[in-house]
Amino acid sequence: MEEEGINSGPLHGLWAVTNRELKKWYKEPFIFIISLVQPIIWIGLFGKAMNLGEIFSAGSLNIPGLDLPKQIIDSLSQEVLKSTFGTTNYFSFLAVGMLSFIVLFSAMSSGMTIVWDRRLGFLNKMLTTPLPRGNVIMGKVLSSVIKALVQAVIVLLIAVLLGLTFSAQFSVFSLAITFFALFLLAMGLSSLFIMLAIKSTRWETQMAIMNLLNLPLLFASNAFYPVKFMPYWLKPVVMVNPLTYANNVARAMLIGVTPTASVAFSVLYLVSFAAIFSFVGIFLSWKYISS
Amino acid sequence: MTDPIIKVVGLTKIFNHTVHAVDHISFEVNRGEIFGLLGPNGAGKSTTIGMLNTLLKPTEGTALIDGIDVTKNPSSVRKIIGVVPQEYTADEDLTGWENIMLIADFYGIPRDISRQRASELLEMVGLTEASKRNVETYSGGMRRRLELAMGLINKPRVLFLDEPTLGLDVQTRTAIWEHIRKLKSEYNMTILVTTHYLEEADEFCDRIAIIDKGKIIKADTPENLKRGVGGDIITIQITKDGKDVDLALKGIQGVTEIKNNSDGFITLKVVDGGAVAPEIIRALTQMNLNVTRLTLTRPTMDEVYMTYTGRNLREEQTTSEETFTMRRTMRKARS
Ligand SMILES: Nc1ncnc2c1ncn2[C@@H]1O[C@H](COP(=O)(O)OP(=O)(O)OP(=O)(O)O)[C@@H](O)[C@H]1O
Ligand SMILES: [Mg+2]
Repeated sequence: MEEEGINSGPLHGLWAVTNRELKKWYKEPFIFIISLVQPIIWIGLFGKAMNLGEIFSAGSLNIPGLDLPKQIIDSLSQEVLKSTFGTTNYFSFLAVGMLSFIVLFSAMSSGMTIVWDRRLGFLNKMLTTPLPRGNVIMGKVLSSVIKALVQAVIVLLIAVLLGLTFSAQFSVFSLAITFFALFLLAMGLSSLFIMLAIKSTRWETQMAIMNLLNLPLLFASNAFYPVKFMPYWLKPVVMVNPLTYANNVARAMLIGVTPTASVAFSVLYLVSFAAIFSFVGIFLSWKYISS
Repeated sequence: MTDPIIKVVGLTKIFNHTVHAVDHISFEVNRGEIFGLLGPNGAGKSTTIGMLNTLLKPTEGTALIDGIDVTKNPSSVRKIIGVVPQEYTADEDLTGWENIMLIADFYGIPRDISRQRASELLEMVGLTEASKRNVETYSGGMRRRLELAMGLINKPRVLFLDEPTLGLDVQTRTAIWEHIRKLKSEYNMTILVTTHYLEEADEFCDRIAIIDKGKIIKADTPENLKRGVGGDIITIQITKDGKDVDLALKGIQGVTEIKNNSDGFITLKVVDGGAVAPEIIRALTQMNLNVTRLTLTRPTMDEVYMTYTGRNLREEQTTSEETFTMRRTMRKARS
């Protein structure tokens, strides 16, 4: 019964696991579209409706008694914006921040799939086959990364349509660096959330973890607001949050904001984040995936 | 003739240091045999299968599948076994075809081989048409048959079937067993199966192990098990009641127990009822007693089961089917 051609290499079945997750996603365009709605609403709400840039424009800013000419107010407010956000276009600032946001939300739901697989017996089925243990997790991480990046591309396209303006230095190279940073972020975050889910059999627990982590991770980063104006107690948190570094890279590359930490350092930070968490994730899955 | 492909010695599983789910069981299954594990809910059947298919780590003891130790070399064991678990495991968001091909990829079977094999297997279980649909649209019987096909994609030497017919109607149950029989006769596959249905165990298994509270109480062929519970039962009715009737009956070789019922019937437990019945009639005729009625019943698995576990499995069947229905509802509620 032994036959030729059986692939028992360490990576066999990895693409099968990955593609299974992707299939569920592209076979169900509705879920795909729903997942894009949130960042787009945020771009609309924060970027357009509550446009901080507008507050400082000559139309809204006027000091009674001091009859300052429009020109002065305008250039003054441009200066304020520039020194706060590193760009005079708050919409662009925010829209780029939404890229790491969509990556975070996409990665977060990846942990959920392993809880369902455990609950519905699919995980056990996988574990009775010669599929290498690590590939169960690697496939999940990989599919989550692919989903996150596709969503980031779409969010970026929509932001461009809504008026995101690239810096003068913008090139294909800057786009590549940005997506490399987002890739690393997705890799690390997916591994993190899958790791948190690995022993869990209850999706309620997983939901609670997600809710506990998502908004703090988002707001304790520079996605909406620059670090330098944050209170001193928040700064250390923001400075370890990988989202901050992904935003640093994306903003420097796409809209020319000079980052608080250099692009090189930020990329290095993300490389370490992704490497550590994916190694730990795969190691833990080896150890804990079966009971 | 005996060529054990599964060898289990002192296999034990203790959950959380307290629950002795499987308690030092030992048994052997011969190549090409259909071996049944029969026992009430919580007896340890699924846990035993879990240890043999490398999902659970035994607390103690050893198990060899075709000479390979399940704890020392689990990945080699996985290549030669097929598993059809108690739960439905297929991914409901994928089609039947996608599911079986997915499992084929997990085994690393090259695409050209797996495509052909998958369509053969789907044909065998009668799902060729349905395989293009998402599994969520399948009925319970279709899902079972798909699980069976998925468990066979690697042409396993040993197939583990955990409650393959639970919750199915009689026709589907028969169909599943026909498939199982075919696997045995055509491929000489060894099959370890658990079931709640006594008639199925009786009819289709070559040997049965009765398991209760984590221990194997008795393992033998269905024939021997039935013979073991004290042989056949003969009930007779005679015209007149004589004092010496009992004495005369006791003298007949093969009669082990006599009971006078209040309604005038006499119930005898005998070894080899077919041979003893004429003897009874002759002995009584010699005493000028007329036998007006005689019935011979052979013991069923129910009696075997009652004798060894002190329980009636029929009452338990309902509860386990209820649990099963509940699980299915839960799956549906997810989406
Ligand atoms: N993961 C686990 N943790 C703790 N106890 C467990 C676990 N799995 C099984 N058990 C316990 O081990 C015992 C045997 O369970 P098992 O599932 O093997 O029974 P079974 O014979 O398959 O029953 P059923 O007919 O209901 O499927 C039960 O008491 C069960 O509660
Ligand atoms: Mg069971």
